[in-house]
Amino acid sequence: MNIMSTDRLITKIRMLRERIGPNLRDRVVSSIYQHAEKISRNVVQKNEFKQDLDICIDNIATSRIFGLPLMLLLLSGILWLTITGANYPSQLLAKLFFGIEDQLTVFFRFLNAPDWLHGLLVLGIYRTLAWVVSVMLPPMAIFFPLFTFCEDLGYLPRVAFNLDHFFKKAGAHGKQVLTMCMGFGCNAAGVIACRIIESPRERLIAILTNNFVPCNGRFPTLFAMAAIFIGTLVNNSHNLTASLFVTGVIILGIMITLLVSWILSKSLLKGIPSSFTLELPPYRLPKIGSLLVRSVIDRTIFVLIRAVIVAIPAGAFTWIFANIHVGGITLIDLFASWLQDFGRLIGLDGYIIVAFILGLPANEIVLPILIMSYLSQGAMLELDSITALRDLLLSNGWTWLTALNMSLFSLLHFPCATTLLTIHKETQSTKWSLLAALIPTGVAIIVCFLITQVAHFFKLV
Amino acid sequence: MGLTRKSTGIYTFLEEFHTDSSGYQAIIALAGNPNTGKSTVFNGLTGLNQHTGNWPGKTVTLAKGFYQHKGKQIALVDLPGTYSLLAQSVEEQVARDFICFGEPDAVVVVTDATCLERNLNLTLQIMEITSQVVMCLNLMDEAKRKNIHIDHEKLAKLLGIPIVPTAARSKEGLNALKDAIDQTVSGGKRLRPKTVCYDQELETTLAELTSDFSSTFSSRINSRWLALRLLDSDFTMVKQILRYINKTGNNLPSSSEEGLDL
Repeated sequence: MNIMSTDRLITKIRMLRERIGPNLRDRVVSSIYQHAEKISRNVVQKNEFKQDLDICIDNIATSRIFGLPLMLLLLSGILWLTITGANYPSQLLAKLFFGIEDQLTVFFRFLNAPDWLHGLLVLGIYRTLAWVVSVMLPPMAIFFPLFTFCEDLGYLPRVAFNLDHFFKKAGAHGKQVLTMCMGFGCNAAGVIACRIIESPRERLIAILTNNFVPCNGRFPTLFAMAAIFIGTLVNNSHNLTASLFVTGVIILGIMITLLVSWILSKSLLKGIPSSFTLELPPYRLPKIGSLLVRSVIDRTIFVLIRAVIVAIPAGAFTWIFANIHVGGITLIDLFASWLQDFGRLIGLDGYIIVAFILGLPANEIVLPILIMSYLSQGAMLELDSITALRDLLLSNGWTWLTALNMSLFSLLHFPCATTLLTIHKETQSTKWSLLAALIPTGVAIIVCFLITQVAHFFKLV
Repeated sequence: MGLTRKSTGIYTFLEEFHTDSSGYQAIIALAGNPNTGKSTVFNGLTGLNQHTGNWPGKTVTLAKGFYQHKGKQIALVDLPGTYSLLAQSVEEQVARDFICFGEPDAVVVVTDATCLERNLNLTLQIMEITSQVVMCLNLMDEAKRKNIHIDHEKLAKLLGIPIVPTAARSKEGLNALKDAIDQTVSGGKRLRPKTVCYDQELETTLAELTSDFSSTFSSRINSRWLALRLLDSDFTMVKQILRYINKTGNNLPSSSEEGLDL
């Protein structure tokens, strides 16, 4: 038998390579293309006499003049529908849950349960859960099907097409937009999606900035801030203001993405953007039934369940934290007071910072933890409607500036633990994973600091 | 429809390269250009809910599922959509590596009937690696709407592989596809795909190199394709080929990888 050693094989390959010259790849590719063309000419019959509807739509959807405004209109339209539609069900759910809470209290009294047990289970865990469900469920149940509709319709590549120009200017890859669209669902999935970018440099940029689009877990926080705080600033057109606010936050996220991408491509990740071809798929009308089922079960319920599962131990943990006294002060107050000065500097407070740190496992639980730690301070308000949440926040010194900074910090801060682990897995580098946490956090602090200082300077609060 | 539970969060870690073949009669890889409805075909065959969305580059990892047909357990692996197997992006590597080294029993190429020519490039490349190829000519409903007619019987003759027209969104033709896969796997008919012929000089060079190692390597990878890749300066590929050959028992000296700055 003729066993060739590897070394001999390699020598042979070298020799043959010299013989056939350097343009082998081109010869292979062009042969394949010619063959494909020949076959296709033989079997395909096209009778295109009617003007394609897709092309008509794309002439508007991707045009220089209408492309961007149409996109913004669509985005704010979706957000308006979400906020308006969620309003009533949210109130209904809150009413229902707090009705049950009263019954639970009666039941605990009937059992002669000790006060701490009632506090932990009802005032702590149940109450937080009630808030999570009534604030988070309705907007998600409306937003996710709408977003999935756009996705299945084929609109997302058009968004990439419209924004390509900006990303090229920022030294990044146009396909980054597609990974950002994925990030709207989940940043970990968005980071994985960065595999579609060929150049390692641009792929890293996309990975490091993916966090600047709000994911499933952070949308509810934005919606809550918009609905209970920002919206009420203007009395007449409450929902419109709220939806414009969320639109603005998302646009800011995109602008920060572009800015950070630009800085990275001029400093750590120098290089020229590579060009690419993006296929615009035909518009396809989604199957509404399965779309509804999937987006409600796989996105809405999933996010909600995750929030609930993490919120239960986190709620209990926070409640215990808030009821253990060290030298006359509770543990949570102790931590919060350490962070208070820093929090104030960027327009937040110590409790909010603690909530963001404890919320590292999943962004869904930041708001529940915050509500929990405010509630545990003994300021027992009668929380029986959605406006009561606003009162709770107000009584803890919140202003519109706090709500704004809360939204922005949520948008810009470090990614959740899962995303960080995914980044480590994809980049195989501790350095880039650390930067993926540090860059956003730095940006969040700078942005919130600037806004707060400007607002204080002009005495806006 | 939209992200699913399995495509987000902690589940993003759970992809593996090799498929556990125990318990399955066959492993089928699902390849194709982006946006040809691969994930829809995958869902239609397995009844699973892999994330589908109307945009290219949505599947970048391997998704796995299985189905039963004629009493056989068939494992199905949904590969990332790629235009070719020659390029360098990570998702194309994932697809190529699975077809080459994942040892699927057959590869189903999902193609878009509305733009066949572009899809044929990938099909022809896959046919060079393995003879076990079935074409799923998908989106026939869309082609009909756009007034495009394809003579799929003639296409099957020209390519030398079975071709099944489907409209996966409405589950049309999926049973026929299962039958075709079954026939290919059970080896009822020996397939002889008609691969691309290159120019004279290249073909003689290939023949020369092929004759050298076809007696040595008993691997399932087509030796002509192997020769072509070894000549082409894809360093990562050469490394992987050698690693694969080492692993499958054709013991080559392990120093081989160092000597390879091609």
